[in-house]
Amino acid sequence: MPGTLGGIYGIWLREFKVFQREKSRVISSIVTPLMWLVIVGGGLGGSINPVGFSYQAFMFPGIVMMLALFSSVFFGLYIVWDRKIDVLKEILVSPVPRTAIFFGKVLGGCTDVILQVCVFLVIGVFFAPMSAVIVVAALGIAMLVAIGMVSVGLTIGSFFESLEGFQVIISFLVFPLFFLSGALYPLSGGNVPVWLTTVSYLDPLTYGVDALRSIQLGTPSAIPLPLDFAVIIGFAAVMVVVGTLAFKRMK
Amino acid sequence: MAMIETDRLSRKFGDLTAVDSVSFNVERGEIFGLLGPNGAGKTTTINMLVTLLPPTSGTAKVNGFDIRAQPAKVRQSVGIVFQDPSLDTILTGRENLELHARLYSVPKAVWKKRIAELLALMDLEDRADNIVRHYSGGMRRRLELARGLLHRPAVLFLDEPTLGLDPQTRELTWRYIKAMAQQEQTTIVLTTHYMEEADNVCDRIGIIDHGKVIALDTPDNLERRLGGDLVCLKIKNPDLKVLERLSYVKNVEVKDGQVGLTVENAAVHLKEILSLFDNVEAVEVRTPTLNDVFLKYTGRAIREDDTDEGWAEAAWRYQAGGR
Repeated sequence: MPGTLGGIYGIWLREFKVFQREKSRVISSIVTPLMWLVIVGGGLGGSINPVGFSYQAFMFPGIVMMLALFSSVFFGLYIVWDRKIDVLKEILVSPVPRTAIFFGKVLGGCTDVILQVCVFLVIGVFFAPMSAVIVVAALGIAMLVAIGMVSVGLTIGSFFESLEGFQVIISFLVFPLFFLSGALYPLSGGNVPVWLTTVSYLDPLTYGVDALRSIQLGTPSAIPLPLDFAVIIGFAAVMVVVGTLAFKRMK
Repeated sequence: MAMIETDRLSRKFGDLTAVDSVSFNVERGEIFGLLGPNGAGKTTTINMLVTLLPPTSGTAKVNGFDIRAQPAKVRQSVGIVFQDPSLDTILTGRENLELHARLYSVPKAVWKKRIAELLALMDLEDRADNIVRHYSGGMRRRLELARGLLHRPAVLFLDEPTLGLDPQTRELTWRYIKAMAQQEQTTIVLTTHYMEEADNVCDRIGIIDHGKVIALDTPDNLERRLGGDLVCLKIKNPDLKVLERLSYVKNVEVKDGQVGLTVENAAVHLKEILSLFDNVEAVEVRTPTLNDVFLKYTGRAIREDDTDEGWAEAAWRYQAGGR
């Protein structure tokens, strides 16, 4: 197909430049998880004491996944803005295949997320154990989660013409995914109600949090590590297919 | 060789026929104008020709490629400047052009040179590395023109290229369009509802109304079809019967106490006409414009102050539930 690779690169480059220039977007996407970690983590940590490490250390993998989740979905939804200022039209009318446009966008979103996670990992040195293995694991898992969640955002964004539904998506999709993921409390072993644990297992982010927590803290988990990876890779693959189809029907 | 051949091209939105069995050809190197009021079907026609919108019946060939069967080839063959600006305002002018070059797989060695060339043509060299957000309306339009030409399209579509610009910038923009047509030898298809502009720029004009092409010719021929100059007389209680025996008076209309005549060679015959009436209060003589042509074919004038979306698109939006 003509222009496929050049098109993917061009779209990725555009997203990267937007990322570099829209500093406020980047800063706010790091500040929110930081507040959870420092304030909520600091406050709750005073009264909850998991064995062997601080509450903030326990929470840290969850907050890394929170950052990946929020940044990814918001990045995807931003396509609504592209449509509003008609930049999308210029791209859609070009000979670049829709699949390539979608991949360019996903790559752009993943780059944003990975760079934000890098910054967050540096901050994390003060709160949780850190090693080369942990850094690689965090980046790899964040990448896989980002592929899936950017696709979710792009898919939803491709159906919207204005940012009006934004708040609804945050309330009914992004926050539930975050709260149910076990980012803030252990899903097993405590007195967590069975229904809640069950629902949590339906949340793909749960497996990202569990994978990173197992590697970073070495805690025993109800979910084996290979299953964690199988679920997040499977979720990413399914969402990429769904997103590609959504882009093909997009006007 | 025809760069565009449309064959009974039609588009319906629900019950509404926005473009109704339109057939016309555009030759290589021509500047072809689609002139009509808002909602006449100009943008819908263009959207079909650039494969953004599938026709409901009929088809067209652009640069020899069928818009239904070979959309990718058509896309590679055309450049488009949309009615609404579609620049990325967070990128610089040059970056917008570079993105376009990549989307159209122009080799880097080629676009480096080409971008410099086009920026010079459009007088944007000084501001090329500024963020587009800080550009004026006229500069944005010029950048879009440059972008539309970047991949050397066989046909460049300009949808209302001067809409929303102030009169001075509009004139300047047309000067750039003419210069570009000359230098690049590009076939240009444009839509406008500014008649004088169509008159000045286009080699041929198709007048379109309610989705149909109702007249198609060179501006001069279209104006000649009216059969003469327009003479407007202000007379109290005129006896118009005296005009009937004048063979050079082609048409007589009375409106708001004024008498409008279509007169062959008014300069020669005006004196005789005036001698027939003894109470003429005012006289106006002018050569016909495309507005008069449009009036003749549609019975109404093109409104120039209306910049809303077309009625067809609006109706479609309404039917489709606000999307």
